[in-house]
Amino acid sequence: MMVLVWAIGVLVFTFAVVRFVFRQDQNKAGLAAIGLTIAVILPHLGFTKDTGSFFPIFTVVLCAVYALFALGLNVVVGFAGLLDLGYVAFFLFGAYVGAWLMSIFAVNVSESWRDINIHFLDAAKPDFPGIHLSFWLVVIIAGVVAAIAGVIIGAPTLRLKSDYLALVTLGFGEILPEVFRNGDDLAGLNLTNGTKGIGPIDNVGMGFLDVIPGVPKTIRSSDFQTKYYVILVFCGLFVWVSLKLRDGRLGRAWMAIREDELAASLMGVPLMRTKLWSYAVGAVAGGVGGAFYATIVGTVNVDNFTFQFSIIILCAVILGGMGNVWGSILGGVVITWFNYTGLVYISEKSGFDLKQYEFAFFGLVLVVMMLFRPQGFIPAARTKQVRQADKEMLATQEVAV
Amino acid sequence: MTLLDARGVTVQFGGLTAVSDVDFVIPEGSIVALIGPNGAGKTTFFNVLTGLYQPSYGEVLFDEQSVLGVPPHAIAARGMARTFQNIRLFGAMTASENVMVAMHPHLRSGVASTILRLPKQRHEERDARAVAKELLEFVGIGGTDDEFAKNLPYGDQRRLEVARALALRPKLLLLDEPTAGMNPQESAAFTAFVHRVRDERGITILLIEHDMKVVMGTAERITVLEYGAKIAKGTPAEIRADHRVIEAYLGKSATEGAA
Repeated sequence: MMVLVWAIGVLVFTFAVVRFVFRQDQNKAGLAAIGLTIAVILPHLGFTKDTGSFFPIFTVVLCAVYALFALGLNVVVGFAGLLDLGYVAFFLFGAYVGAWLMSIFAVNVSESWRDINIHFLDAAKPDFPGIHLSFWLVVIIAGVVAAIAGVIIGAPTLRLKSDYLALVTLGFGEILPEVFRNGDDLAGLNLTNGTKGIGPIDNVGMGFLDVIPGVPKTIRSSDFQTKYYVILVFCGLFVWVSLKLRDGRLGRAWMAIREDELAASLMGVPLMRTKLWSYAVGAVAGGVGGAFYATIVGTVNVDNFTFQFSIIILCAVILGGMGNVWGSILGGVVITWFNYTGLVYISEKSGFDLKQYEFAFFGLVLVVMMLFRPQGFIPAARTKQVRQADKEMLATQEVAV
Repeated sequence: MTLLDARGVTVQFGGLTAVSDVDFVIPEGSIVALIGPNGAGKTTFFNVLTGLYQPSYGEVLFDEQSVLGVPPHAIAARGMARTFQNIRLFGAMTASENVMVAMHPHLRSGVASTILRLPKQRHEERDARAVAKELLEFVGIGGTDDEFAKNLPYGDQRRLEVARALALRPKLLLLDEPTAGMNPQESAAFTAFVHRVRDERGITILLIEHDMKVVMGTAERITVLEYGAKIAKGTPAEIRADHRVIEAYLGKSATEGAA
């Protein structure tokens, strides 16, 4: 019952805000209200509590994390038009920052670090050794580290164009996990724990809610429901950042580079700087998502960071509609659902082992999309209009012939 | 005062010399034309001025500072704007956005103020849109602000390119075959427009052009290139009478027949 009341509340509130504060038309306000209501209510629906259902809570949380990744890559691929096949690098940096700063691992780095015990507003027990910083601080650090990594990776690679850029970013995405795999003995220091991975990683701390009176006990615990809202807020913030940047000076420069790099530079747009910004902004989402991922999974293992990850996120952006933030979210959610639950669920229910044909299935989906809807589920407004105009022009030409 | 001073500019691509030892001076406030048969190296010379190519030899001073080794965007920011022989607009962006891209060096708002939507950033954006609107009206395509560049008719696209170049607030405007594909009426209107840009905005203009009517109607000084070398320079009247220019365009027998 409470859920229903909440649902109606969110629905009405969102509709009103979008309609009257942001001055959008009814359809947009309606869609926004329905979308946000589903997103908010989701973890309270019965089926999410059943691990065998078609949408268990863990998958719900992962869908939101991947939506954040897709939003990040959308800035690079969709806005600036830079084909990046190494997005996994930012995910990796974010996750390892989370692992380093929120676990016992620091004591293993070297003999002299044996007694290290740093705590700062964290959710771990005070006598637990290692470095344990507040999740909220770690998320910021992870975002900053990923952004710096983006600039460092981007500086040499962004001088390249299209296919060459794709290849070099792919290379970086392959090299970095190898470095981390062998990072258990770098100059005598164990920095990554190699193939053994790092864990357990602390939970998201919700202690700050204690100072707010009247907050129900249920949302203090660091369960998946609470964590889901945390990642939902991150997604919301990144949507805001994406949209505002897109419509501003930097966004115009990104789009100009996407449309015609040479003309953009001759119109006063500094290419390197502008491209690096897109890498850095996109990397922040990867870093934040990575640190969050570390806390929900509880361990970070180098085997999580594969080329396949970069491809899945790229597919999410393309399926959703390049350059459209809502499309990226939808693409991320759909792909993640199939990947973590959908294929297994369908296999179990139908008796046909779809999971075995995972790659064939994804390949088929991509081919079908390219044939029938190359612009993605929700194409960017400008893509839609330009395509429409192209069609009209073709039609008039045919008439003329 | 000299706005642009190119000395001994030579561009070689492997064994091919595209531009050979060209001296070129543009006085501030003038309209100058660069003409020559196809493949004479005119566009290559433009590309040297705008920083796309580095010359093998020679020096280019713009506003008394060298442009050699300066990246194209920085040269543009210093006040050199150009249009392109084959139109290069940002197709999936609106006319207004196209113009606003070229204001990039003059706008100040950064990432933080954009994300936070600070009042300063909002005002800057509003002013930029107003300037874009005004520029579109100036080039004669007012009201197309929200049309995608790709969907504009050909003639309007050419005008939009000029509006975009003007948004850089240039001291020197380079026009690469601006009347290509225009009919005689449009070309005549364009001739008048070039004068307006110079007279109303005080912008020095260098144009590459094949249409001799436009060249003779606009340029105060003309330089002629053939096979990358400068073969003549002077006023329109002098160029018209120069037999080397006639040879370059019409062949040797044309001058022999006249003599």
